Amino acid sequence: MSLGNIFDIAGSGMNAQSMRLNTTASNIANAESASSSIDETYRARKPFFAVMHNEFLNVNKHNQFHSKGEEIGAGVEVKGIVESDAPLQPRFQPDHPLANEEGYVYYPNVNVVEEMTDMMSSSRSYQMNVEVLKTAKQMLQRTLMLGE
Amino acid sequence: MGSINFNNALGVHPDAMLLRAKRAEILANNLANSDTPGFKARDINFQAILAKEAQSGLAMSSTNSAHISARTGRSSELLFRNPSQPSIDGNTVDSQLEQTIFSRNAMDYNSSFEFLNGKFKGLKSAIRGE
Repeated sequence: MSLGNIFDIAGSGMNAQSMRLNTTASNIANAESASSSIDETYRARKPFFAVMHNEFLNVNKHNQFHSKGEEIGAGVEVKGIVESDAPLQPRFQPDHPLANEEGYVYYPNVNVVEEMTDMMSSSRSYQMNVEVLKTAKQMLQRTLMLGE
Repeated sequence: MGSINFNNALGVHPDAMLLRAKRAEILANNLANSDTPGFKARDINFQAILAKEAQSGLAMSSTNSAHISARTGRSSELLFRNPSQPSIDGNTVDSQLEQTIFSRNAMDYNSSFEFLNGKFKGLKSAIRGE
């Protein structure tokens, strides 16, 4: 049932976008988490998305779109979360309790402006998926009223 | 004898509804992948499929939802959308465009539904003889 698949597709989109929102929240919260060594410093995290090719979701595999080895795709999945390799920010703060021998403290490579735009983008995408879900629900509900 | 047959009575509308639902799925997938790097937006040419459908014998019985594929198989290719503003990461989903097409498709689904519902109402009153 195609309309039923839309629930899974929009759900996967909402899940992916909320994951993105989650990493953004984590990045902004830790934007000023200082550390005394490069290895221990927090690094900006970003999820990366890929098209989901789930056999389980494409129930009617023998239909026209799959016969030529083509797949519509069954939503989006979060393949993993990567840490940014942008340079960290060393700051000369000898008074800081975490300062190393040379008096430097390392701050994360989080770009707050970038995170804010990312946050807006992901919340818009989330809303879009909710709208899709709402429309699919209405379509399905109407179909159930057929013949009445 | 020209008996009342469901396929004759209902016309193209059940097929149109199935196709609209399928298209809604494709468009929903485009929207879900609006932030996936390298994703290419897909769509089907509804008019071409329906034209083909109208030509190639609607009288064929379909007792299963999968039967639509047997008749539309040749013309129902999944096409790629031509992007007006392709992005750097290779994604060709234009969220606004996809959203408008999705809601239009939903409207068309509803109108197909109304036609089908009207057919059923007509059949019902014919059976009752009112």
